[in-house]
Amino acid sequence: MNRAMIQITNLSKRFGALNVLRSVDLTVKPGRVIAIVGPNGAGKTTLIKSVLGLTRPGAGRITLDGVAIADDDAYRARIGYMPQIARFPENLTGAELITMLIDLRGRTASLDTELIDSFGLHDSLEQPLRVLSGGTRQKVNAAMAFLFSPDLLILDEPTAGLDPLSSSVLKDKILAERGAGKTVMVTSHIMNELEELADDVGFMLEGRMEFVGTLDELKCITNQTTLERAVAAMMTRGWMGVAA
Amino acid sequence: MNTLVKVLKYQARDAVRSRWLIAYAIFFMLVTEGLLRFSGDPVKAQLSLVSIVLFLVPLIAVVFGTVYLYNAREFMELILAQPVNRRQTYGGLYLGLTLPLALAFVIGLGAPFAMHGTDAAGWATLSALLLTGLVLTCIFTALATLIAVKCEDRMRGLGAAIAVWLLLTVVYDGFVLLILAAFSDYPLEHATLALMMGNPIDIARVVLLLQFDGAAMMGYTGAVFLKFFAGASGVVVTVAALTLWIATPVVLGVHVFQRKDF
Repeated sequence: MNRAMIQITNLSKRFGALNVLRSVDLTVKPGRVIAIVGPNGAGKTTLIKSVLGLTRPGAGRITLDGVAIADDDAYRARIGYMPQIARFPENLTGAELITMLIDLRGRTASLDTELIDSFGLHDSLEQPLRVLSGGTRQKVNAAMAFLFSPDLLILDEPTAGLDPLSSSVLKDKILAERGAGKTVMVTSHIMNELEELADDVGFMLEGRMEFVGTLDELKCITNQTTLERAVAAMMTRGWMGVAA
Repeated sequence: MNTLVKVLKYQARDAVRSRWLIAYAIFFMLVTEGLLRFSGDPVKAQLSLVSIVLFLVPLIAVVFGTVYLYNAREFMELILAQPVNRRQTYGGLYLGLTLPLALAFVIGLGAPFAMHGTDAAGWATLSALLLTGLVLTCIFTALATLIAVKCEDRMRGLGAAIAVWLLLTVVYDGFVLLILAAFSDYPLEHATLALMMGNPIDIARVVLLLQFDGAAMMGYTGAVFLKFFAGASGVVVTVAALTLWIATPVVLGVHVFQRKDF
């Protein structure tokens, strides 16, 4: 499959004097899981937010199935987003928040409530979000991202703050969605986890996409046997010039 | 139902449950009830309420609004990650903040009067007081929304909110007095009118005092004001000035919000 789900071309973004993204090119292929890795401040979250239209690109172009996302809002109906920080209006309940999303998307049919069931969220959803623990809020956050069976899932540090059991449940869900032909963009600092999930890796450093390729290609190129070692090797060498 | 109404609905639902908002309504209720009991005269109570409304409504609207919207930052991100339009989302966020504050104010001030009752003139002045408070709420939540989307840093934003309030409550009047003192040899009635339009709290104050026959205490300037506000052109200018005070921050806010990076 050579058709691109997301095509990012020459994407740049500055925040003041800081070049957060420098001419990033990335192709996300449909039906695959791509992990975006790199040290803190490499631009991973900014890249993700650019795809969502939350951050406006300084230069460059992003297309979803060949259609430019600029000046369009409707394309986000195809995306499920799980942000890094799960802070919600504290006086609303999870159920109200979910109703809001359904309202905003104008959809009632075919909701994927599997995560609500497997996380056992039914009781928590009736309580104000302020009384829920950080982990439970993160589960609500995850359940909302998967709720509309989106074609593209964008998950920013999805397992941060989750216990091992919930983390496994979420990873199984990600793999199941991939099996169903969905595309996933995921960031994480837990390399073992990405090794389980990802087909492709995009390695970012200081706003540049230094490497894009399959997991095996990255290991091969760095002469390492695990993703963690391979990424560490990339980071220490300040790898230059290998763009797929 | 469009995005604006949907965002408004859920944000307002969250805000009306906020403890600070409930405390705001209860505070106005207690003060109004207390003034009614101690003075025993609804009109005297309303005159005392004028100062409290002019002082407190802008302060609470701009400070509570700014803090509330900084806390709603991730909520905004969640909404904007959906297939929604930013312009409408901004409108929903603004009104979802304004309506609960307006509701708390009207209930807080209105309920004690509704219980005690007053005469026709009392109802008229109460309506003027409520309407003025509502307009000030709309203006200062518009400023709060603008500040919250414009300043990335929440401490700077909170500082800006307090600065705006101080400027319009204290500094501006000091500045006007300085001008009046410096040019006291000249007829300044019309200049004063013009300067007043630059500050919504001043507009509100004069409009309210004129309702209570306060113009008699303001000498010749008061007579000029009374003549101005009684005329059709005065009403048009006042309504236009207040509308501008709401529309300008909203339009600027939408502009900033559409280009904002989250």
